[in-house]
Amino acid sequence: MVQPAVVLVLLLFVLLVLPSLFSQYYIDASTQVAIYAIVALGLGLLVGRVGLVSLGQAAVLAIGAWVAARILFATSMPFPLVLLASGLITMILGTLVGLPALRLSGLYLALITLMLAGAITVVLATTNFPNGGHGFLGYNGSSVHIPPIRRPSIATDETDYFRYTVIVAVLMFLLVLAHIKTKPGRAWAAIRQSEAAALAGGINTTLYKLWAFALASFVTGVAGGLLAGALHYLYSIDFQTQDSIILLAVVLMGGAYSLWGAVVAGILQQFLPALFTNWGISPDWLTILFGIGVLQVLTTAPRGIVDQMPKDIARLGRLIGRLFKGRSSAPAGGEP
Amino acid sequence: MIEVSDLTVRFGGVTPLDKMSVKFDRGTCGLIGPNGAGKTTFFNVLSGFVKPVSGTVTAFDEDLLSITHFRRARWGVRRTFQTEQAIEELSVFDNVAMIQEHSKTSGASRRQEVLDAIEFVGMDIDPNARVGTLGAAQRRLVELARAAVGRPRLVLLDEPAAGLPDEETDHMGDVIRRIPEQTGAMTILVDHDMSLVSSCCEVTAVLDFGKMIASGPTAEVLRDERVIRAYLGTEEVA
Repeated sequence: MVQPAVVLVLLLFVLLVLPSLFSQYYIDASTQVAIYAIVALGLGLLVGRVGLVSLGQAAVLAIGAWVAARILFATSMPFPLVLLASGLITMILGTLVGLPALRLSGLYLALITLMLAGAITVVLATTNFPNGGHGFLGYNGSSVHIPPIRRPSIATDETDYFRYTVIVAVLMFLLVLAHIKTKPGRAWAAIRQSEAAALAGGINTTLYKLWAFALASFVTGVAGGLLAGALHYLYSIDFQTQDSIILLAVVLMGGAYSLWGAVVAGILQQFLPALFTNWGISPDWLTILFGIGVLQVLTTAPRGIVDQMPKDIARLGRLIGRLFKGRSSAPAGGEP
Repeated sequence: MIEVSDLTVRFGGVTPLDKMSVKFDRGTCGLIGPNGAGKTTFFNVLSGFVKPVSGTVTAFDEDLLSITHFRRARWGVRRTFQTEQAIEELSVFDNVAMIQEHSKTSGASRRQEVLDAIEFVGMDIDPNARVGTLGAAQRRLVELARAAVGRPRLVLLDEPAAGLPDEETDHMGDVIRRIPEQTGAMTILVDHDMSLVSSCCEVTAVLDFGKMIASGPTAEVLRDERVIRAYLGTEEVA
C-alpha cells in the first residue's frame, strides 16, 4: 500500500514540476499517458478484478471519442458536462458490448468482444468521425477548413490541457477505487474466484458483471472525450481493432490487479512509443517487446510490473549487499 | 426445520438423488454416505445450483426451491464448499462482510456484526489479513465465519474439516457445535470423519446411491447394518 501523502506529493510533482521539465512533444505524450491510464483502469477492472477478458476496449474508447466530438461540435456545453455525457452514453453502449459476458467467459468472451470491436471499427470507418458537419453523423466530406475539436476554455494550451487530463484521470481512479473498496469490489472478487461461491454468498452475479462493464465503459467514455480534445482532429484510422489487444498486453504487464498497474500500462502504451520515435527507433519494435513482456509477466510475475519491480529492486539490493560483504568485511553499501 | 420429500435429480442417465425424503428438526444434523451417494448434489439443490426433476423442499414453512439461487443467502441459506472457497484476494473482514451485506442484519452495526462472526469462530488473526496469506485451517474458519454472519437459518457444511489435522478438526467441531445456539440456524454437516459427525450431530441421515437408507440418532445410525453394508459393501457385490 502506498500512503495517500506519497500519492499527493507525486500528483503535485506531475501537475506542477513535470510540465516544466518536458518539451511540448513529451507533454503531449504525457497527456496520452493519462488518457490511456484511464482506459487501462477500465480494462484492468474487468480483467483483474472480475475476471472478464474484453478485447473491445479500444473500440469503446473510439465510441467515447466519437460521442464527445459530436457533442462538442453540436453544442456549447461546458467541457466537464460533455465528458460526463460521453461517459454515460458510452456506458450504455459498452454495457451492451458486455452483454455476452453473462453467457460467456474466458476465450469465448475475448473472441466475441474482439469481433464486436472489429464491427465497431468498420462502422466508424464508414461513418467517419464528426468534423463540424451537420446531421446525426456530423461529418462533412467536402469541407476544406476543418475546425478543431474544442478544449475546455480553462485549458486550451498543451500544458493546461495536460493538467486538466491528469485531474480528470485522478477523479476516475478515485471513482473506481470507491467501487473496489466497497460492496461491488467484494462481489467482483468473489465472482472472479468462484461464481458458485459468489451465488451462494447472495451475490447477483449478472448484476455485478454488468455493473463492472458499465463502470469500465463509463471511465473509457470519459477518456474518449479527453482524447477528442487532446487530438483536436479524429480519424477512424487512429482507432485500430488491434489496439485492444495491445491494450490488454500492457494492462497485463502493468499489473491488472493494481490501480498503479493502470498508470504503468498507460506509460507503456503511450510514452514508450513517443520515446522510441524521438530516438529514431520504429515503435513497431514495441509489439515484439510487449510480446516478450507479456510472456515474462504470465510466467514469472502474474501480478505485473508494479508488484514485481519493488521485489526485484529489494532482491538486487540484497545481492549487492552480499557481494560487498563477501569481498571484504567492510560495512559497505547495499541497503536492501 | 427442513422437510425434503421425494427429491429426485437426474443428469442424463445418472440419478444422483432418487426420491430422497428426510426431515431434520433442529440443531446440527449429519448427512453421511459413501462417495457419490449424492450428498453434494443435495447441497447443490438446496443452494439452487441444481434443479430437481421432482420433489419438494420445505424449510421453515417456505418452499425453498421457488427462491432464485442468489436470493437464498438473504433468505438464510449458508454454504461452505468441499474445496474451500474463501476469497483469496479479500481480507478476512471483507470475506465475511461480503456475505453480511447480502443478507439480513441482526440490527447491530455492520462492522460489529462482521467482527463478531470472526470472533465467534475463534480466529486469533488480524481481520485485515489477506485470505490468500492464510493457512488451510484458518481459511476453513473464514468460511465458517461467513456461514455464521447475518442471521443464517440453514447452514450447509460440505466436508468443512477435509484435510485438516486432528487438533484443528477438534476446534472446527467445537465451532460447528456452537452454530445453532449462536445463530439460531440449523446445520447440516456432511463429512467422512465419523468422529466429527458423532461429536457434532444428534441425528444423522445416510445416503447411498441417491437413496435415503437410514436416519435417526447418530449412534444408532452408525451401528445400523445397512449403513455398515453401504460403506463396506456386501459379499454379493464384492
